[in-house]
Amino acid sequence: MKVQRWTRTSRLFTAGTGGVALALASVPLIFDPDVVQKLTNLLILVILAAMWNALAGYGGLLSVGQQAFIGIGAYGTVFFAGMGVSPYVAMLLAMVLAGAVSVPISLLALRLRAAQFAIGMWVIAEVISILVRLDKNLGAGTGISLIQMNQFAPNFRQAYTFWMALGFTVLFLAALFFLLRSSLGASLQAIRDDEDAARSLGVRVASRKRLLFVLAGFGCGAAGVLVVANTLFIEPGSVFSVQWSAYMIFMVLVGGLGTFEGPILGAILLFAIQTIFTQGGPWYLVGLGATAALVALVLPRGLWGTIEERLGLRLMPVGYRVVAPETKTETKVQASA
Amino acid sequence: MTLVNAIVQGIFLGAFYAVLACGLSIMFGVMRIINLAHGDVAVLGAYLAFVVVERTGASVFVAFAVAFPVMLALGYILQVTVLERSLKAGILTPLLATFGLSIVIQNLLLIAFSPDVRSLGGAAGVFTTASWQVTGELSISALGVLILVVAVILFGALQLFLSYTPAGWAMRATAEDADAAELVGIDSRAVYARATAIAVAIASLGGLFLGIRSAFDPASGPTQLIFAFEAVVIGGMGSLWGTLVGGIALGLAQTLGAQLHPEFSVLAGHLLFLAVLIARFGGGRLTLRVAR
Amino acid sequence: MTLLKVDQLDCRYGLLQAVRGVSFEVAQGEIVALIGANGAGKTTLLRAIAGAHRPHAGSVSFDGADVTRLPAHRRVSLGIALVPEGRRLFPSLTVEENLRVAAVGNRRGRWNVQAVLDVFPLLQPRRKMPAANLSGGEQQAVAIGRALMSNPRLLLLDEVSLGLAPVVVDAVYRSLANVISEGATVLLVEQDLTRALRVAGRVICMLEGHVVLEGAAQSLDRDRVVHAYFGLGGHAAGGASA
Repeated sequence: MKVQRWTRTSRLFTAGTGGVALALASVPLIFDPDVVQKLTNLLILVILAAMWNALAGYGGLLSVGQQAFIGIGAYGTVFFAGMGVSPYVAMLLAMVLAGAVSVPISLLALRLRAAQFAIGMWVIAEVISILVRLDKNLGAGTGISLIQMNQFAPNFRQAYTFWMALGFTVLFLAALFFLLRSSLGASLQAIRDDEDAARSLGVRVASRKRLLFVLAGFGCGAAGVLVVANTLFIEPGSVFSVQWSAYMIFMVLVGGLGTFEGPILGAILLFAIQTIFTQGGPWYLVGLGATAALVALVLPRGLWGTIEERLGLRLMPVGYRVVAPETKTETKVQASA
Repeated sequence: MTLVNAIVQGIFLGAFYAVLACGLSIMFGVMRIINLAHGDVAVLGAYLAFVVVERTGASVFVAFAVAFPVMLALGYILQVTVLERSLKAGILTPLLATFGLSIVIQNLLLIAFSPDVRSLGGAAGVFTTASWQVTGELSISALGVLILVVAVILFGALQLFLSYTPAGWAMRATAEDADAAELVGIDSRAVYARATAIAVAIASLGGLFLGIRSAFDPASGPTQLIFAFEAVVIGGMGSLWGTLVGGIALGLAQTLGAQLHPEFSVLAGHLLFLAVLIARFGGGRLTLRVAR
Repeated sequence: MTLLKVDQLDCRYGLLQAVRGVSFEVAQGEIVALIGANGAGKTTLLRAIAGAHRPHAGSVSFDGADVTRLPAHRRVSLGIALVPEGRRLFPSLTVEENLRVAAVGNRRGRWNVQAVLDVFPLLQPRRKMPAANLSGGEQQAVAIGRALMSNPRLLLLDEVSLGLAPVVVDAVYRSLANVISEGATVLLVEQDLTRALRVAGRVICMLEGHVVLEGAAQSLDRDRVVHAYFGLGGHAAGGASA
């Protein structure tokens, strides 16, 4: 029996990914600003999906409160820009702030399991949202503009934001990729399969989960930064909305929970749906909710997981595959009688 | 005296939260799952009563008598179509499925009823307005007393059901060990369906009180879910009377918080919830271990 | 008359195969002991017969009807009752509630709360006490009594002596003798070979999921059973997988 990680497809594809990133970098040079803005939204979705999948798919942590970090990223940007630093520096600071805040939050949140964690995170997001609403300098409940961006011409602004989004996407996908390929990947897999068993085997469950949680804090913070950079106006009702969690759940479930490629596919799918049904509306959300519930029930591995299973296809070499030798060996391990 | 008033109002508010949380507590106690669509189910019940009131002009209490069996049936259907499947698939699946369901219910309500804010207060007759002015500062509303009395009767009735009826024993047995319950002849799926039916119907009672106390719209559900969940956790998950105590603690936190500053009401409740979580799960072990 | 028929039963936990192609029959009124080392597949086999474990292949028939697809609670109402390993009482329910919750509507017979308390008099003073507060022997008595409450035609007993002091085991088996004398059909798993051979009319020995030895308790000499038990020497019946 041998274990392999790279397949020919995955070698080709990983090289191809670098090419795709380079090609995407030229988007602002070719397309109109409104196309660039839309594609920025796509990249935001990709980051969010990848981060939510890191939590739920690899850490078994179902968060309904990642909007906390989106809001911190967005409002942090406005806050730091208001203090007089360059808006782009403010964005980096805001992302770091979101990541930093995730550390103390993790101390409480990671003690919780399943539903307690899910709703506990939601309440934490609500608390942060209320605190922002209480601050008149942040526009209270009515919202605030990132006026400091007006010093840049719209075309350049849009291009910079896009490149930043691309940079963040590559950064966070690469971070997740190397995290999963490191020795951490195997222990995360063990945690996902059976947390108690993993703990009894000496896997440091808490620290592994914390790493994912903080990564997701940074990532969702970065997404929040991009939201304000892309729209230039935010209000607590929308950046702290639980709707973000709904989108993340949809993208990851439909794409494939616990697969590296699935959430990216899910993000592209959600983006396509949003582009087609531009007017949005309740029926569209009914469709999203019903699809997410249905996929959770009947297709738990999502589109990508199913494709992977049926075709044995693997594009990104984050997992291991066992290649069975010709002769069948029967294990002599017995289930307890 | 305003403090006494705040405490009295907090108890009334808390009784409302306890009714809202009761179904959530039952489902967690019996099946170990949290229905993330619980708040939306409560709001759905309020809309159902609203429709009956609109069509017939009846009192809300008559309307609720009509809505109650419908909600029982809906709960039963919810269990056999969605939750039963999700129960078999691990701890995340029920959360994912009910979260999807929550979005579906909210938006179907939006399609059916528009985003307008509705209230059942007008159809509750004397209960909306009557109150006893005890002193200048302290007034006791008839509605508050009604909700408190209903809450105590509700929890008492559930306690009697669980302690003294064969169906109640079967429910406790299934909650404690579903596999062993099957082996002594208890149909665990039927028990689950019964539990969800009761939980959903009681949630709609919470929705009814929400509609009479204040107002609701299609997006009211998530907030009600959070309050209900906070009540369940504050009272100790899985404990029925704990949920009543937890609801009242939450109500008190909110009205006392509002005494400090009107904006602190909800915040104070959230903080109490987080404090309870820290006390229960984080006690003394809040050390940061950085990953290797 | 054949009451229970197990045919080519395969049970798996994921990739682990706990029961492999097991077939046997139990006639009405028989006492059959299932023996074998830890991990031989005995508990899984009992659970599959009771309906608590869904087999991967094969079939279980009870009183001539195929029950392989029936859930456990339906098999109880047909007359199969299992006393599970580890007793599995409902800890917050009192002794009496534990018994009464197991009464199945359509199965009338000699067993009710009073009859159980008569057979296990040690439970009499404990009726109103939560099962969690009982001693091991008392819990085992409740577990057996709870299974009897459905007036079963086939009683499956899984290691009723596990974790009990020898004196208590003797008491439990003395009470069981009463039950058995009523003409019940019993399939029991027992680690204690001597006790199994004494109680049962017939013995089935399992090894690594297979039946390796089967015969009337009197006809089997102890050495052969011990050999089969530990898988010493080649047994044609099914040592082939090793």
